[in-house]
Amino acid sequence: MLTLQCPYCGVQADETELSAGGEAHIERHGPGSSDEAFQEYLFSRENPFGVHFERWRHSHGCGKWFHAARNTVTLEVYGTYPAQTTEPPADIRKRISGVAPGWTWRFLG
Amino acid sequence: MSHRHSKSGRLTDGNKEISFTFNGKPLRGFEGDTLASALLANDQMLVGRSFKYHRPRGIVASGTEEPNALINMGEGARFEPNQRATTTELFDGLVARSQNHWPSLDFDVGGINASLSRLLPAGFYYKMFMYPRAFWKHVYEPFIRQSAGLGQAPKEGDADTYEHFHAFTDVLVIGGGVAGLVAARAAAETGARVLVLEQSAHWGGRGPVDGGRIDDRPVDNFVETLVSDLSARANVTLRKRCMGAGVYDHGYALGYERLSDHAPDSNGPRHRLWRIRAKQIITATGAIERPLAFAGNDVPGVMLASAMRDYLVNYGVAPGQRIIVATNNDDAYRTAIELKKAGLDVLRILDARETGGGALMNQARQLGIRIDCGRAIAKVSGGKRVRKVQICAQIGAGGALEEVGCDAVAMSGGWSPAVHLWSHCGGKLLWDDTHAHFRPDPERPPTGADGKGFVLPAGSANGILSLDGIVPDAIQTGRDAAKAAGFRLRKAPEFSVVQNSEAPLEPVWLMPQEARVGLRAKAWLDYQNDVKVSDVQLAAQEGYESVEHTKRYTTLGMATDQGKLSNINGLATLANALGAPIPAVGTTTFRPPYSPISMGAIAGEARGSVFQPLRRTPMHEWHRQHNAEWEPVGHWRRPYAYPRTGETTHDAVMREVSNTRQNVGLLDASTLGKILVKGPDAGKFLDMLYTNMMSTLKPGKCRYGLMCSENGFLIDDGVVARIDDDTFLCHTTTGGADRIHAHMEEWLQTEWWDWKVYTANLTEQYAQIAVVGPKARELLDKMGGMDLSADSLKFMEWQDGQIGDFTARVYRISFSGELSFEIAVPASQGLAFWSELMKAGQGLGVMPYGTEALHIMRAEKGFIMIGDETDGTVIPQDLGLNWAISKKKEDYLGKRAQQRDHMTDPTRWKLVGLETLDGSVLPDGAYAVAVGTNANGQRNTQGRVTSTYHSPTLSKGIAMGLVLHGPDRMDEVLEFPGTDGKTYQARIVDPVFYDKDGEKQNV
Amino acid sequence: MSETISALNNAGFSGLVRIDETGLQGMITLRGDLSLATVKKVATTASGAAFPGQRQITVSDTGALAWMSPDELLILCPYEDVSDRLAKMTKSLGNTNALAVDVSDARAIFAISGEDARDVMAKLCPVDLHPEVFKPGEIRRTRLAQIAAAIWMEDDDTFRLICFRSVAQYAYDALKVAAAAGSAVGFHAAQDPA
Repeated sequence: MLTLQCPYCGVQADETELSAGGEAHIERHGPGSSDEAFQEYLFSRENPFGVHFERWRHSHGCGKWFHAARNTVTLEVYGTYPAQTTEPPADIRKRISGVAPGWTWRFLG
Repeated sequence: MSHRHSKSGRLTDGNKEISFTFNGKPLRGFEGDTLASALLANDQMLVGRSFKYHRPRGIVASGTEEPNALINMGEGARFEPNQRATTTELFDGLVARSQNHWPSLDFDVGGINASLSRLLPAGFYYKMFMYPRAFWKHVYEPFIRQSAGLGQAPKEGDADTYEHFHAFTDVLVIGGGVAGLVAARAAAETGARVLVLEQSAHWGGRGPVDGGRIDDRPVDNFVETLVSDLSARANVTLRKRCMGAGVYDHGYALGYERLSDHAPDSNGPRHRLWRIRAKQIITATGAIERPLAFAGNDVPGVMLASAMRDYLVNYGVAPGQRIIVATNNDDAYRTAIELKKAGLDVLRILDARETGGGALMNQARQLGIRIDCGRAIAKVSGGKRVRKVQICAQIGAGGALEEVGCDAVAMSGGWSPAVHLWSHCGGKLLWDDTHAHFRPDPERPPTGADGKGFVLPAGSANGILSLDGIVPDAIQTGRDAAKAAGFRLRKAPEFSVVQNSEAPLEPVWLMPQEARVGLRAKAWLDYQNDVKVSDVQLAAQEGYESVEHTKRYTTLGMATDQGKLSNINGLATLANALGAPIPAVGTTTFRPPYSPISMGAIAGEARGSVFQPLRRTPMHEWHRQHNAEWEPVGHWRRPYAYPRTGETTHDAVMREVSNTRQNVGLLDASTLGKILVKGPDAGKFLDMLYTNMMSTLKPGKCRYGLMCSENGFLIDDGVVARIDDDTFLCHTTTGGADRIHAHMEEWLQTEWWDWKVYTANLTEQYAQIAVVGPKARELLDKMGGMDLSADSLKFMEWQDGQIGDFTARVYRISFSGELSFEIAVPASQGLAFWSELMKAGQGLGVMPYGTEALHIMRAEKGFIMIGDETDGTVIPQDLGLNWAISKKKEDYLGKRAQQRDHMTDPTRWKLVGLETLDGSVLPDGAYAVAVGTNANGQRNTQGRVTSTYHSPTLSKGIAMGLVLHGPDRMDEVLEFPGTDGKTYQARIVDPVFYDKDGEKQNV
Repeated sequence: MSETISALNNAGFSGLVRIDETGLQGMITLRGDLSLATVKKVATTASGAAFPGQRQITVSDTGALAWMSPDELLILCPYEDVSDRLAKMTKSLGNTNALAVDVSDARAIFAISGEDARDVMAKLCPVDLHPEVFKPGEIRRTRLAQIAAAIWMEDDDTFRLICFRSVAQYAYDALKVAAAAGSAVGFHAAQDPA
């Protein structure tokens, strides 16, 4: 059972206070998008053995969505950050490179 | 025979006798006894039967590792199966029964399996029950079910209460033996918050029994001082009878506290589950002695050497008069010495090592005990108790050199650290050749959120088996844990330790080394599940190489003790059979809990009225008093109908529908979601959420809307009211309120975070009552207040005003097709308002109606219901709701998906009405069959029923369904085979059965 | 005004601790940009309390002001004062992009008091309630067993708890179980250096 720090209210939240929301940084494709792009948006998800970026909601707390960068194998948490961004902050990417050199994830790495 | 040797055991009070029963037989024990020690004191050597062969089983261990002494405890509402006698503290009036035998423990018919054991080898079930396939259902499955399980399931509800407790600590120490307490002391010294859990009722672990001196004092004396020192510290919490059950991600751990198992009449919860978050966890869980694998090692009276020492020292109980000790290490000599000192007959120590042991051997020899080196047990004979032992050379096949009569055997195959808790969350092990055991690999601990290790092993759990090594290791571990938890180290405590040094052990995985087949087939590895050396060897021979596969094939280690005694012996046997080194074979996965915990503890407070959070409307109590039958809708309880005396539920529903259509009915609609959406971009936002256009709605007006997911599927519907220029109130379905509010927040926070919109979930702020029926306006007029005439408040409008004494918001909307007002008042006035409406409607025939009447009336009108007509695969276009989908909008959630091939496929099933030819009610969910069969030989289908009712208004069955090309097939008759064997014929009709032009709601 | 009743009509229970549903409490949710001077002023004026920091609750003679999330405050005031205060707030906010709404009837409020209050709450909430960690002045939104709740301490022995009105009975029943006679834990008390 994980703990993640909610970047909005600062609480080190127990997993029972949180809801998982799947992969982070997915770009929305709406009307006018190609079938391929739309399919990618709706159905394609990463399933990495290692570094991952996820969406979580502090649902039994302040109610805010946030992002978590963590390792699906070691459960190490590289950091959490607000959801109002299209990619992880530089400091978190740098931290990941420090402990998991050569990591890649979708458009990152 | 086993007997009470001395009234003054270390833990028993010989002056306090208590009585208990075993299989109905009244017996006596002392305060401080465990059930196991008391049974042994009464010469009850036979305590149960094994799982597969129903072999006689005696007590083999003294703690939680016990595989045999599983009993049915208590009676009635306090009955519980599979309790270990060794960890059950004796209390006055305890009732215990043995299990897995029929008709009695002494004479058991199932024991015949034992004589068939050659026909029941490893993998027997897999081999036997494969063919013929037809036998499965009526022959094999009943047989397996009948023989599965050991204890009986309780028949009554549990009389006890349970609870959880969330604890946070810097350092959690699991195990209150010498290592745990010393580590706790070292950690506490730094100011860290320390929580120590000890599974038994006593501090000190094995230390006080195993001897040695710390700080120039006997170990029990040292432990006592240390415990009082720790108790006095404000930053330390000590809990006895609290087992560390599991270690999980990010420093989460479970503690299982048994509060009243030893005192069942006391007040309060029976068990408490500690849900612990620790920065660092020290596993000071000790080590478990291994049995030796020799023929007949399961005969009652054969016991672990350490257990025999425990019974003698702690409880004054001797398991026999004439005892033989078999060992491959020095520790068992301690048992021999204690037995001899107590005046018992130690006939022989059989030391498998050619050269024997060290200082302890000399001490034993000086006491006059005969020691035979390089010797082994070939076979123990006896049925329900040990009668004699055949002695042979360890190197050899078991040719007997000598036969000695005796009544108990102590065995020791060495010690394995209890690495379970270290391993639960991924801690790795390494093989230690010196001690022939696996111990924690300090380089590969379980890692936490920071990527660093958060579990530290201490003492014998760390593979250190001598007291003079354990104490300094525990000090270091305690300090390391505190430091890792962020505390500054101060001076370390120092303790001097004296203990006899020990000669190295010699691994013995089979006794004798080359035991012949007949002996190997009687050499038990897993006592509870009846797995023998020969079974594991057979598995290897049949090609099982992975230890995980072998475990499942042979059932080794799969019993309720999870192989605490058998695992290492089993995998060493496998390794030898495969000709591979032990570490290459590895261990099976250690999974929590360490030993079984009660279901009650897991449930905690969640029973009875707090099993789940039922949601109640402000009028809940009124409904209850008026005999409401409840329908669960999410966690809400809504009245389904209000049957009157002598009325069936169906009759009540029919009456409620008819009365509402003819007079006036009241519906508690408080559960409908009410979400306030406000801001300059609120209209733009709702245009994205709903399929239709909401931004054009005028203040004062209402509009029905549909919401879809990005997949295009319909997820919710409801009426939106525009409050003012930048404020909307969105009604959702009852089940949708929280979900849709979360859906809105998700899009606002994660996609359109620059849009100026705020939301608030006001669902529970209001009690909402639907006043429905031709006399609805008349009723409200009687209440007095605002003008609700057709001109003043038109259909699909809302207004704020006064009704009677109540400040209310009135929505003129209808889900029944009747003249209808939905009225919201503050929740705290809901009951009063409802009561006033009932009073005012007396002369008008007012009646409350429930959700089933609501459903029938909406079906009569052809209105869809989320969850009936939708199931997560249905799009609005399937339901003929194209009129509610804006063509003008460039985008809304689900629009792009609804353009996909599959969504525009003309063969998608579409909504129609269905009317049975004979007026009967179609079965819910029934499929309309088509010609031909599919690849599985099933009838092809062309539609299904989504809602079906008896309509009292039309006096016939009406239904809605999704049908292939449905709207183009009006008047066609379809066949719906029911599960009742009948086939129903129904005609495709328009889904609006009642008042198609909507005249009744618009008056 | 007609008869108004709180969710549990002031039910009370004495066990390990005293549990009271304390009746109707005025509550106003204010959502907006908390860095705006207008929003700050409206909140402090309506509550009479100082502007709270992250996860803080500040109190005044007639109410309190709680930080609920980065864009949400909760104003506590006497139940009968809500409409007045809300009207003033709405007026003062003017065209500011914000949402102020009465939620008094959507909630239930409890007091949990006694020496064992921390232990009782720790049975139901996954929160570190150690006296040095959780102190009066902090408000914590979390779960109480299976429901959402907000908790804070009025003094060292008294918690206040807000939950949704529909689950008030559940909250009350769960608290009663946690405060049942004979279920003392002695965890936080034992750690209290006093």
